Amino acid sequence: MAKHIQVKDLDIYYDEFLAVQGVSMTIEPRSVTALIGPSGCGKSTFLRSLNRMHELVPKAKVEGQVAINGRDIYGNNVDPVDIRSEIGMVFQRPNPFPTMSIYENVAAGIRLTGARMKRSEIDDLVERSLRSANLWNEVKDRLHKPGGGISGGQQQRLCIARAIAVDPAVLLMDEPCSALDPISTQAIEDLINDLKPDYTIVIVTHNMQQAARVSDTTGFFNLADVGQPGRLIEMDTTAKIFSAPREQATEDYITGRFG
Amino acid sequence: MSVPTRTERETDLLRTETAPVRRTLPPWVPYAVLAAAIAVGGAAALAGVSAGLGAVLTVVLYAACVVTVSRLVEGPRKAKDRVVTTVVTSAFLLALVPLISVLATVISRGTARMDVEFFSFSMRGVVGEGGGVYHAITGTLMITGLATLISVPVGMLCGVYLVEYARGKLAAVITFFVDVMTGIPSIVAGLFAYALFALILGPGVRMGVMGAVALSVLMIPVVVRSTEEMLKLVPNELREAAYALAVPKWRMILKVVIPTALAGIATGVTLAIARVIGETAPLLVTVGITQSVNLNPFDGRMATLPVSAYYQYVNPGVPPDPALDRAWAAALLLIIIVMALNLVARLISRRFAPEAGG
Repeated sequence: MAKHIQVKDLDIYYDEFLAVQGVSMTIEPRSVTALIGPSGCGKSTFLRSLNRMHELVPKAKVEGQVAINGRDIYGNNVDPVDIRSEIGMVFQRPNPFPTMSIYENVAAGIRLTGARMKRSEIDDLVERSLRSANLWNEVKDRLHKPGGGISGGQQQRLCIARAIAVDPAVLLMDEPCSALDPISTQAIEDLINDLKPDYTIVIVTHNMQQAARVSDTTGFFNLADVGQPGRLIEMDTTAKIFSAPREQATEDYITGRFG
Repeated sequence: MSVPTRTERETDLLRTETAPVRRTLPPWVPYAVLAAAIAVGGAAALAGVSAGLGAVLTVVLYAACVVTVSRLVEGPRKAKDRVVTTVVTSAFLLALVPLISVLATVISRGTARMDVEFFSFSMRGVVGEGGGVYHAITGTLMITGLATLISVPVGMLCGVYLVEYARGKLAAVITFFVDVMTGIPSIVAGLFAYALFALILGPGVRMGVMGAVALSVLMIPVVVRSTEEMLKLVPNELREAAYALAVPKWRMILKVVIPTALAGIATGVTLAIARVIGETAPLLVTVGITQSVNLNPFDGRMATLPVSAYYQYVNPGVPPDPALDRAWAAALLLIIIVMALNLVARLISRRFAPEAGG
């Protein structure tokens, strides 16, 4: 189920502006990869190029190769909608659909794509996804209440449940805890650990303790100067990055001696 | 925490610096001045000056007196405040004058014919007293309904295109022309519809659907604008969430964006209907008037409430009073319908807005 991602010489543009340059990395299945780095260095942009969300920005484009289990997602005959069905995404701010109930939010991936499924199967799927997202016990009595009516941390777990309900191989998380309090953050981090055996997870975070806690591998992005493209400076096991990084810039960043 | 202690001298200083004697007018003074001003203005009006001039005199007198007194007692800052208060209040009252006057006149003169016959009879064969506007009510409902049927799909799809698909210059041009169309004189819309049908069916043609086309020319820009504004309010995060779930764009728009904005769009549509339901000129040109019930909008003239009110007034017959009563009653009925539509719009926006709390 979990898949392996191979990125080769990826350049990412906004119109003429080169935002990220020359990224190559290998992401192993059933692992958590954290991307860290200062604001504006292109971590989120890179993450969004992994499921072809980047190209939704007008005039944005990508050069290079991203292969998932060997299949180039930017190939000529590839439908971005297919790619996104394999790669789920969780965003910075919880974004449940306000017109839908908790139940409908979890089932959204099935219902909105027009897939046919029996009522009982959907019931099962919703329960399974909510259980995987550690949310079932908190919402099982109000599944048909609006999705926006629960706390921010619960909403974010609802969004994770919604993302895993379509059974993706890869889960991308763009600063999933930055709008949450420490307790909800703890809940999400526990959840990431629980999901690890089944998914390939890539998480962008500004919180270095979080990267150290949840990830197996860490990639450090940086940019030389404002207006310069961001680059992947160093990527290694999390233990190595946080104890003995090869690059001076990485060490400066993780020890807080930056700038 | 230690309580700060002050020397006696400091306390003295504080008292003299921060607590000057603050003199304000007692609250009854402005009312007393107002009463006096009304008395003077009223007297002037009774003495032969017109009522309007009396009102103006009252306001000016009140403002002058209150400001002078306030300046002497309270100082220039408070006096300015009173000037502005007076200006704002009188502007508000001035804006209310036509509204209340129209409402009062229409209600007092229109209620006379608010009877069963008025709602259940047409004007067929009616000379003098009696008769009703059943034919005009059905006509207005059918023509406005048809206009809505034409405008809502066109306007909504245009709004969706502008927000979700259009890029760059074309969108800007369309938005500009939609804005121009909102200001189009209604008679022009009527002439357009007439010319359109005359080209196809020959001159002299009169049909209900022509009126619907004319009204939809007026309605479409309003629907486009309100759809556009409401769709813009839908957070982009919801679109991204749908995309990330591998939802194709058209389904995303249909199942996520439009339902989220639906309350606002429905409100906009209802207000657009209220805006066109009282239009007279375009219907006069395209639909004309008839005395009998016509339920086929594709054949012949139809009566509508505004046009029938207009004709009752223009051709009252002898004696004129029953016709004028019918005109006032039709006007009252229109006002009631528009008010009901506005209430419906409010109800829709309250009831169907996406709920945040659970």
